[in-house]
Amino acid sequence: MLCDSCKERDSVVTLTRSNADGVVTEEHLCERCALERGIETHITQPKQPLADFIGALHKQLPASPHDSGRCGFCSGTLRDFRSTGRLGCSYCYTTFEATLRDWLRRIHGTSKHVGKRYQPPVPLVEEGATVLAELRDRLRRAVEQEQFEEAARLRDQIKVLE
Amino acid sequence: MTLDLSLLPDGGVSWLDASGDHAGIVLSTRIRLARNLEGFAFPGRARDGERLRVLSRVREAVGTAPSLEHHVLVRVDDLPSEDRLLLHERHLVSRELAGLDPQHPVRSGAAVFLGAGTGVMVNEEDHLRLQALRSGFALSEAYAALERIDEELGATIPFAYHQEFGFLTSCPTNTGTGMRASVMIHLPGLNATKEISKTLAGLQQMGLTYRGLYGEGSEVVGNFFQISNQTTLGRSEDEIIDQLMYVLRTVISREEDARRVLLRDAGYIIEDKLWRAYGTLRYARSLTFDEAMSYLSGVRLAVGLKLITGLSVYTLNKLLIFSQSAHLAQAEGRALTDSEANLVRARYVRQLLAEEAGTNG
Repeated sequence: MLCDSCKERDSVVTLTRSNADGVVTEEHLCERCALERGIETHITQPKQPLADFIGALHKQLPASPHDSGRCGFCSGTLRDFRSTGRLGCSYCYTTFEATLRDWLRRIHGTSKHVGKRYQPPVPLVEEGATVLAELRDRLRRAVEQEQFEEAARLRDQIKVLE
Repeated sequence: MTLDLSLLPDGGVSWLDASGDHAGIVLSTRIRLARNLEGFAFPGRARDGERLRVLSRVREAVGTAPSLEHHVLVRVDDLPSEDRLLLHERHLVSRELAGLDPQHPVRSGAAVFLGAGTGVMVNEEDHLRLQALRSGFALSEAYAALERIDEELGATIPFAYHQEFGFLTSCPTNTGTGMRASVMIHLPGLNATKEISKTLAGLQQMGLTYRGLYGEGSEVVGNFFQISNQTTLGRSEDEIIDQLMYVLRTVISREEDARRVLLRDAGYIIEDKLWRAYGTLRYARSLTFDEAMSYLSGVRLAVGLKLITGLSVYTLNKLLIFSQSAHLAQAEGRALTDSEANLVRARYVRQLLAEEAGTNG
């Protein structure tokens, strides 16, 4: 149905009025003519809520000079984080501690966890062995791919754990 | 492997039964906790073998956790895409775990343990996403169920935890409690009285956020808003839940006020509009999902205002879930094109509404 006012555009709203005698009149209006009479046809509700905005904040992350360049466990970098918004492993939190503390403060207003405290179960020998096995596996692949710098780093980490 | 959801203790749909508090306005309550295993790279970075080892560690731990006793393991990575979509449509797994985006295909080791109202996703963005889903407004109950699972699993497998930062997660927006508590709420009254933008802006000032029906990145359809906490650090789990409860109670009462205003100031216009929505659903021959959602929103409001009687909220909830594409395809036993799905959807909606009208006059 065309707009009753401009007779050019399709109507999108129906304006219903009743006068004092209870006589009801209807008028069909297009978006523009409705707006001219002060009627909003769209709910002004942002389609992209805050969550998406915060999700994009990692892109502007300044690096701290105190951080190492590469995580010894997953070999992730802050640059990876900046491009994906995700960290590679839980050891990244120690590797990039200063930068992440800063970032957490900006996002959450604090970096201090006040929720539930957690005490991990006493690690069995077997569990330490899993981490070691994982690192040795990475070392073997690093050597195979001739990534010697990476291999040296992994070897140091294995030594510490051993 | 084909998916048989009837194997689940509750078919994965007990949250639809409208038994919870304020079930007419609040569809469901969901809380999830993000947890990671110490000693493994996060799923996005891990290699196939590493993710499979995570799954097998979790499987062992689930076996010894009393609160997960009747949970069924579904290997999401073994399922064809239509079954993964089905799980997602039923709100049992996230879009990421189901691997529904072409740029993020399903990961090896992606799995979910499903039970009555609780579940554990494995190898999602984090190694573990513990979740509880309840009918209506039920934050405390949902958290109580989740806390037990968290404690039982955390006593067997070491979670990645930092003295200052709390539980460590792949995305630092979840670090700390790892908790996202959310309530799916139907706000047609606030929308119709144009109060919705103010309400949403108010929520954001309180550190809360909203999303659409399917969580992150999804658009708002049918006036359903998923309202949740935005930050996870600096407040305890109980504080997060208390605040959400307090704010949601205000939103619910505002919605109720808006509905009263609508009925008072625009009685016959609203009544006519809502009956038209009902009429369309009763007799239409083809319905897109968005159309169905929008009319269902109207009918839900009409039921809430007691304009339409004899139609249960449970039926309306069922229509929301079972009129989605993967559910229709499963019911038909074959893949459907979009236009076929529209025909099948309209038929399904007609049938269900006719049955209710038949039994209730």
